[in-house]
Amino acid sequence: MATIREIRRRIRSVQSTAKVTRAMEMVAASKMRRAQERTIAARPYAERMGQVLADLAAQRQAGDEIHPLLIQRPVNRIAVVHISADRGLCGGLNANVNRRTVSFVLEQSVPVTLVAVGRKGRDFMVRYGQEVRAEFTRLGDRPSILDILPIARVVIDDYTDGLIDEVYLSYNQFVTTMTQRPVLWRLLPIEPATIEARLNVEYIYEPSPDEVLAELLPRFVEMEIYHAVLESIASEQSARMVAMRNATDNANELIEDLTLTYNKVRQEMITKELLDITGGAAALA
Amino acid sequence: MPKLKFEIVTAERVVYSDDVDVVIAPGIEGQLGILPSHAPLLTMLQPGEVVVRKAGEETAIFVSGGFLEVMQNRVTVLADVAERVEEIDIARAEEAKRRAEEGLRLRPPEMDLAAAEAALRRAMVRLKIAERKKKRPGSGGAQGL
Repeated sequence: MATIREIRRRIRSVQSTAKVTRAMEMVAASKMRRAQERTIAARPYAERMGQVLADLAAQRQAGDEIHPLLIQRPVNRIAVVHISADRGLCGGLNANVNRRTVSFVLEQSVPVTLVAVGRKGRDFMVRYGQEVRAEFTRLGDRPSILDILPIARVVIDDYTDGLIDEVYLSYNQFVTTMTQRPVLWRLLPIEPATIEARLNVEYIYEPSPDEVLAELLPRFVEMEIYHAVLESIASEQSARMVAMRNATDNANELIEDLTLTYNKVRQEMITKELLDITGGAAALA
Repeated sequence: MPKLKFEIVTAERVVYSDDVDVVIAPGIEGQLGILPSHAPLLTMLQPGEVVVRKAGEETAIFVSGGFLEVMQNRVTVLADVAERVEEIDIARAEEAKRRAEEGLRLRPPEMDLAAAEAALRRAMVRLKIAERKKKRPGSGGAQGL
């Protein structure tokens, strides 16, 4: 049986662990709220841009020259933008998105190259022996669109240079605080048909529909990547909050058990001492 | 007279949203004034200021570029970066201007000339807007337009 001192030390250690996990839970909770707000704040832009793009696509005539980002090519090489968290201690979040990407890679008959965003995913993929074309870590909790531009640059350049023929995005989608779902979908080539065109209006274009489209499409890609990163951050913070709450609950439970054992051992010791004393007194009498 | 539903959005947030009377924007092919019942329009923007007038009061907003869409009395600006006058960081704009000017003067071989010129233009527009606001404290920005 453990000695009283050992139990006491153990209780103290678990208590300080509980304090840390409790603090991490609170930090994650407040970051989560802000991350969710940012995700929502980014939505109007995404919606408007989708609409404009759909309107533009609806105006196209057969035989018009197609913008490179819209052309479907035979697929010889695929790139996946793999978005994970920089840090762990957030449950199975990173493992889930890693698994999703790896199973996608294994399904493909052509080589797949990765653009890793986030340290956890990067580390995993390097260990796994997957080719990593570029990596972006330390984006922080509040990336601005400017932080995302280099990622979009790499993807768009490789795509237009013909190094890759399809680009996929893989990240954790924020569903609710309790649920995050790893998702993977095709970013390039863009399919404007997925967005519904509004009533058919004749726009005046300045300078011209093609030029507007050429400016709009790269921004669309940037925006989609930015959005995926925001979703991933919101997922990370809520997963961490839940994981830390569980850890705190477990620690508290452990403290209760240990305290009970501690009291029992203490009581036993006192009883034993009393018995010794009364036994000694009886022997003297 | 009907009003214009006007909105400036960036990838990060909605910068400005209100019903206004007039929108003046720096279109790629020249300054645009948009009144209610304007024809559907989609244009690129150059760095500059978007001015909105509402009940005689004017507000200026810096945009670094983007798109402007007019559609049935809805005017939407999809801006790359947009800042309201009071948000402009003068010190940062000065610094950006100095850096861009230096780049243009020295012309290091690896430098992207067009990018430096664009940066210089953005910095100067920012400073211009902020400057005018300072001269007329309390006003909504550009009154003399």
